Amino acid sequence: MNCDAVIRELSNYIDGELDPSVKHELELHLTGCKECTMVIDQTKMTVELFCNEEPVDLPAEVKSRLHDALHRKFREHAT
Amino acid sequence: MLCATLMGERMNAGFVPRPGPNLSVANPHRLPSTVAREDEHLLVASAKRGDTKAFEELVSRYERKIFRLTMNITRNREDAEDAMQDAFLKSYTHLKDFDGDSRFYTWLVRIAANEALMRLRKRRPNQFSLDEPVEGDDDLMPRELEDWGPKPDQRFEQTEMHEILSGVIDKLDPDFRTVFLLRDVEELSTEETAKALGISVPAVKSRLLRARLKLREKLHRYFRRSAPN
Repeated sequence: MNCDAVIRELSNYIDGELDPSVKHELELHLTGCKECTMVIDQTKMTVELFCNEEPVDLPAEVKSRLHDALHRKFREHAT
Repeated sequence: MLCATLMGERMNAGFVPRPGPNLSVANPHRLPSTVAREDEHLLVASAKRGDTKAFEELVSRYERKIFRLTMNITRNREDAEDAMQDAFLKSYTHLKDFDGDSRFYTWLVRIAANEALMRLRKRRPNQFSLDEPVEGDDDLMPRELEDWGPKPDQRFEQTEMHEILSGVIDKLDPDFRTVFLLRDVEELSTEETAKALGISVPAVKSRLLRARLKLREKLHRYFRRSAPN
């Protein structure tokens, strides 16, 4: 497997979706390729950073508008 | 679910999360989806029986995440608010149609993503073409390669990091951004993402790969060892 093929399989590899034989071939390549190892590690970290982003609190006025709209909807359904 | 997997790997490797958000029951927004959804079906069942408090609990639980999603897709505050609100109202109206085949949250994400995409298409009709092929047989090998050093993210304050992430995702094409958000941030499966966006599974996979590589490349200029702090 060459570097280009490794990058094409990168997503499948980090998602754990590669066939065992392809995974083995890819990991064999990684043992001798510093560049591909770096790209895979940095891509994993990229995903992890976005995963770990804490959603911000809703601004009070947005929350209030949302819940007012919900209550109107609840009343509509009740009648 | 790469996010939960990566989190697990880090924990197993002795990784200690940064101070701040903790993985605790008191903070369900930070929990991997497998834990956060435990009582979701009970709330949904109550809401279906007409318990509005149960539905409000679902809204309170997910409003921040749904707003983050609509904001990240539309990149416009007004559109994001409208899309979020309409997503919750529509999910209430159509709750009887929710069959429980997927998580309620996944169903809600699908509605919210479509509300957000509709507004994005209206605002930027020429820049957006989710239903058209955008990926070619281009060379994907990253050109810029340099070590990021240990824990590059810890070189930045939380607010600064938030701005960096927000800035880089803003520059990503909507086609790639939306797939990345649904798959990697909201943790939908490839199939669920394809269904939500009305595109094929290979298209989701292709766009996800490109999105991840592009985001890595954009973060590279902040994280490489030789980057000015």
